[in-house]
Amino acid sequence: MGGRLVLKLESIVKSFPGVKALDGVHLEVYEGEVHALCGENGAGKSTLMKIIAGAQPYTSGAMYLNGEKVVFHSAREAEKSGIAMIYQEFNMVPELTVAENMYLGRLPVNSFKKVDWEKLFEEAQDNLNHLGLKFSSKTKVKNLSVAEAQMTEIAKCLTIGARIIIMDEPTAALAEEEIKILFGIIEELKKKGIAIIYISHRMDEIFKISDRLTVFRDGRYVASKQINETDYDDVVSMMVGRNVSNLYPVRNYKAQEVVLEAREINSRNVHDMSLKLHKGEILGITGLLGSGTIELSKLLYGAMPMERGEVFVHGIKKDCSAPVKALKAGIGFVSDDRKQEGLVLIRSIRENISMSSLKKLTKGIHLNTRLETERVNQQIQSLNIRISSASQLAGKLSGGNQQKIVFAKVLEADSDILILNEPTRGVDVGAKAEIYAIINQLTQKGKSILMISTDLPELIGVSDRVIVMREGRMVLEISGKDMNQEIILAHASGGVRENE
Amino acid sequence: MNEKAKKQLINQINIYRSVLILLIICLFAAFLSKSFLNISNLFNVFKQVTVAGIIGCGMTFVILTGGIDLSVGSILGLSGVVASGVLASTGNTFLAVATALAIGTVCGTANGFFISHCGIPPFIATLGTMTLLRGCVLIYTKGSPVPVKSEVYKFIGKGSVIGVPVPVIILILLFLAAHYILTQTPFGRSIYAVGGNREAARLSGISVKRTEWTAYIMNGLLSGIAAVVLTARLGSAQSTSGQGIEMDAIAAVILGGTSLSGGTGFVLPTVVGAMIMGIIDNILTLMNVNPHATSIVKGSVVLIAVLVDKKVKDLSAKAE
Ligand SMILES: Nc1ncnc2c1ncn2[C@@H]1O[C@H](COP(=O)(O)OP(=O)(O)OP(=O)(O)O)[C@@H](O)[C@H]1O
Ligand SMILES: [Mg+2]
Repeated sequence: MGGRLVLKLESIVKSFPGVKALDGVHLEVYEGEVHALCGENGAGKSTLMKIIAGAQPYTSGAMYLNGEKVVFHSAREAEKSGIAMIYQEFNMVPELTVAENMYLGRLPVNSFKKVDWEKLFEEAQDNLNHLGLKFSSKTKVKNLSVAEAQMTEIAKCLTIGARIIIMDEPTAALAEEEIKILFGIIEELKKKGIAIIYISHRMDEIFKISDRLTVFRDGRYVASKQINETDYDDVVSMMVGRNVSNLYPVRNYKAQEVVLEAREINSRNVHDMSLKLHKGEILGITGLLGSGTIELSKLLYGAMPMERGEVFVHGIKKDCSAPVKALKAGIGFVSDDRKQEGLVLIRSIRENISMSSLKKLTKGIHLNTRLETERVNQQIQSLNIRISSASQLAGKLSGGNQQKIVFAKVLEADSDILILNEPTRGVDVGAKAEIYAIINQLTQKGKSILMISTDLPELIGVSDRVIVMREGRMVLEISGKDMNQEIILAHASGGVRENE
Repeated sequence: MNEKAKKQLINQINIYRSVLILLIICLFAAFLSKSFLNISNLFNVFKQVTVAGIIGCGMTFVILTGGIDLSVGSILGLSGVVASGVLASTGNTFLAVATALAIGTVCGTANGFFISHCGIPPFIATLGTMTLLRGCVLIYTKGSPVPVKSEVYKFIGKGSVIGVPVPVIILILLFLAAHYILTQTPFGRSIYAVGGNREAARLSGISVKRTEWTAYIMNGLLSGIAAVVLTARLGSAQSTSGQGIEMDAIAAVILGGTSLSGGTGFVLPTVVGAMIMGIIDNILTLMNVNPHATSIVKGSVVLIAVLVDKKVKDLSAKAE
């Protein structure tokens, strides 16, 4: 890379009660490089990032910034030294404008100590333009799309004068089109000599944009390599400790009867969507952000009110106007936002897993906690969830393990039809393969899956049939060998006219 | 290893902190007044805390859902005066008790209607019903107390079975029931889930509305029971009875370490919290402290307890 060594971490150890999250890890980051950090769920990636960004103290080890030893006591101190982190959960004030958020706590003032609004909006807009962003700095953050909000955070890092920017799974909430924009911005940042530490569970991205990578396993340092000295299989086996050759299961689906039919579903952002899901089938639905895919899934599950439309399960019209009713009709649901909608973070893993199946565990009014523990432990084992005990709080788990907990909850409810929103968001390759295998097994047991995903390789690798949505309408339906990324992306982004 | 033991100790303290505070205050009390540890005095304290304890059990459920109920005192007042009125005109204890429980339940249902059905914030909805119901009490009594004559009815407040006062038995039974409901039934799980994350609970197929509504109904019912206990003990129903009890109940819940934002907490520490308040009252009475000063001491204790609590929580968070 030729750049200067800007950040060096030596033998960092971080202990939580019962877990050693980091056990003597190293990391070297050079000026102007994109440095990917790889590892399974719970490998300690986010923990190390929080340490670098001053958001968490470490137990032992040393950190050098531009050759000087540093210790940060707060995120503010790290920011002052030019280190900024883009958190997965956005840390912005929704009611304030983009510009105010970018300069929060550092608003420019005129000689009367009054906020200099003109200067604020101008400077903010300059920064946005610099990154090729087209929205106004006067927009309120609550009106931004997820992607735009994330871009704003990056712009904010620049106003702080960050030289090292940490991105922890930045693409998890983005669709293909927005990811392209993000990568464009990353290229820009690189040219400015800014170093980027990049975490993602999407391996194709890592090979697309990073220059070097470091692999952790179980809180230990495994290796650092130039990207051109390694390949997919090598990285995965370093991460997982074994080969994951078949990420996607072999499907041999043959058309069976229709189990779920939606007719002319309408709501604010979904228009006249009709679809049929067959027994044992995996039907993928995709689209750009705001294309209505997630809204459609919520309408079917009764999590959002429908304006018009009918849902049939096994040919019988069902009232799915609330999640309780949809569950009764045999429809299960995994949200795309596990922290806000999937888990009760302040309650235990056990309570979370049994949350949708309390009826099954109850006799009279008595909750059979022994049966519950048994069932929960069985799910934990079969999904290979790595935790120390089921009474741990769900909020203390790493992202991938949290996702498995949500999955376990839905499996416990034992619905015939499963709506899975981004089922592997933030899940490591090893666990991804496991989840795909589980989905595959479920369909063999006669369950049917509706999978909403923006991860195109996954969508194509797992689905039997794919529906593409744009602006709330179906624009493409393809299946089998016809499915490929280019066609899907072209239709999703409107590059192809519908009647072509 | 030593480190681990220390962490464990901090965690234990964290869980049983309210019991710990209770023990410390008992020690203080015993030190300040010799008569404190008399069995009869202890039962007396127990009896005094039953009303706040009973309502505290219901309040715990409400606060666990992330809500609050300011109307319990007025519900208690109304149930008490109407039940005493029924008793005066019919002499039928059963009917009087049933009336109190029914009024409590109806008022709780009304709270639930405004909060979970109409979506009015709990603080505002119950502030409204608190004022409204107190008005009803005043109109019903025209300001004068309703005396209770029936000995059977009075037994509920003054009697005892094998030496244990009846109110204490009632409190213990209700506490056990509340504890069971919270920890061993699907409804209890729903309460925690709703308080912990409403949206996740809803999407998991939990009926958020029904759960929340039930919590307010329970709280109303318990206020009705508390009304019977209180009027039976005092031998009359006052138009002011129950005034301020909401603060005692909320203080008990807070002393018990239940988070006001909902989702975490238990019933036992609430009852312990009520006892702490009762003991403070008792010791100040034993020491002949000016009754007006009692409020100052009680308020200070709540503040100190919450401060200590915060310190302990920070410590245990740091230990992690
Ligand atoms: N506050 C905490 N208390 C206790 N344990 C924690 C805490 N935060 C993280 N851990 C544990 O530390 C380990 C590392 O977690 P971390 O979030 O860094 O993993 P990660 O590599 O980012 O995983 P993912 O890819 O799933 O995001 C995990 O075992 C996790 O359970
Ligand atoms: Mg992480």
